[in-house]
Amino acid sequence: MSVADDDDPKFAEYAHPERLVSTAWLADNLGKPGLVVVESDEDVLLYETGHIPGAVKVDWHTDLNDQVARDYVDGADFAALMRSKGIARDDTVVIYGDKNNWWAAYALWVFTLFGHADVRLLDGGRMAWIAEGRPITTETEQRPATDYPVVQRDDAPIRAFKDQVLGHLGRPLVDVRSPQEYTGERTHMPDYPEEGALRGGHIPGALSVPWARAAAEDGRFKTRAELDAIYREEKGLSPDDDIIAYCRIGERSSHTWFVLTHLLGFTAVRNYDGSWTEWGNAVRVPIAKGDQPG
Amino acid sequence: MTLLGLPAQFADVVEEFTALSEPDRLQLLLEYSRGLPPLPDWLAEHRDRMEPVPECQAPVFLAVEVAGDRVAVHFDAPMESPTTRGFAGVLSEGLNGLSVAEVLAVPDDVPLRLGLDRAVSPLRLRGMVAMLARIKRQVRERSQGAAGPPG
Repeated sequence: MSVADDDDPKFAEYAHPERLVSTAWLADNLGKPGLVVVESDEDVLLYETGHIPGAVKVDWHTDLNDQVARDYVDGADFAALMRSKGIARDDTVVIYGDKNNWWAAYALWVFTLFGHADVRLLDGGRMAWIAEGRPITTETEQRPATDYPVVQRDDAPIRAFKDQVLGHLGRPLVDVRSPQEYTGERTHMPDYPEEGALRGGHIPGALSVPWARAAAEDGRFKTRAELDAIYREEKGLSPDDDIIAYCRIGERSSHTWFVLTHLLGFTAVRNYDGSWTEWGNAVRVPIAKGDQPG
Repeated sequence: MTLLGLPAQFADVVEEFTALSEPDRLQLLLEYSRGLPPLPDWLAEHRDRMEPVPECQAPVFLAVEVAGDRVAVHFDAPMESPTTRGFAGVLSEGLNGLSVAEVLAVPDDVPLRLGLDRAVSPLRLRGMVAMLARIKRQVRERSQGAAGPPG
């Protein structure tokens, strides 16, 4: 069962308004049958410090990544996760999290790999909810288990692998990392862990659009007009372009994937989750240095 | 030293974690996060005397004092980063008051012995390994040269 869309006028400007809900909408709809709220954060303990009442936690490291191979969980593991969290295949899932919904967007992208139809983001994420003084609780939600089906992951439409990126050179690529990572001055984010890339720089031809440019000061998404000005006017991307986005491990670029796909209506955007930790370590792949796409 | 090769006070912390179920270990880490002692005044006014730990996901700073033969460790980590604060709380409880030799003998992999691999993930635990390595390096430097507050 799914829940009615948010008719917030800001969202009506976006290509797919049904992919966002506002904090007010969520407050009004909490507890409705068919709605499951999921918190997904960078910090694995943040949920335990207090979360939206009724929300369940999904952690990108421990729940969504395969624990052996560098890959996502398979259909059986995803079904087991959904069953244990009390999420049904036809539920409306609203995901929110810290850091401008960075990890929430990542979780949404993984849900999409498994074709979960109705999955949305809370505009503004955890920060907006708390800033508005809305209720939080430390009660851990234990929803009744569901019979979520085992669905084969379908990577092809929204996920790109290294060989596909090599074959894509010359077509649009979006590098969403910090400017220092793009130029090759450094191989990891300022203030973040060094995750071991041997070479710095970017994939030749990639445009630099740091992911957080899509977020406004309050952590909500910028308006349609502001986003069009960045991605279409400034960077010259078109909605029917075949685009691959990447970052360091594919998390920040899933945020940009969400913006291009659901807010601007681009039809062929893939996320290269191998990203710089794969490309910057791969043998004999081309690399461009400096602030030009190359 | 105990069977774990750890000073008794650190072994107690490890045993406290491993005796619990995995979800309860996460709650215990949260308690350590809440119990992290505040900075002493002389550091609170001089954050520039603290060393950043870039290996952690969240901004965290540490400072080490060696007075006589005793080690004191201080941490500064934001409330909105409870995992990193929890790591700091564990190290604070496990290391504060030990002798220089005891701190230097703490095995580098002790963060991986807390039974948090599955609940927290090995990648995140690397941040705690890095904090311990930086503390031990500072203890080594400060116990060789003149003891005193970091400057």
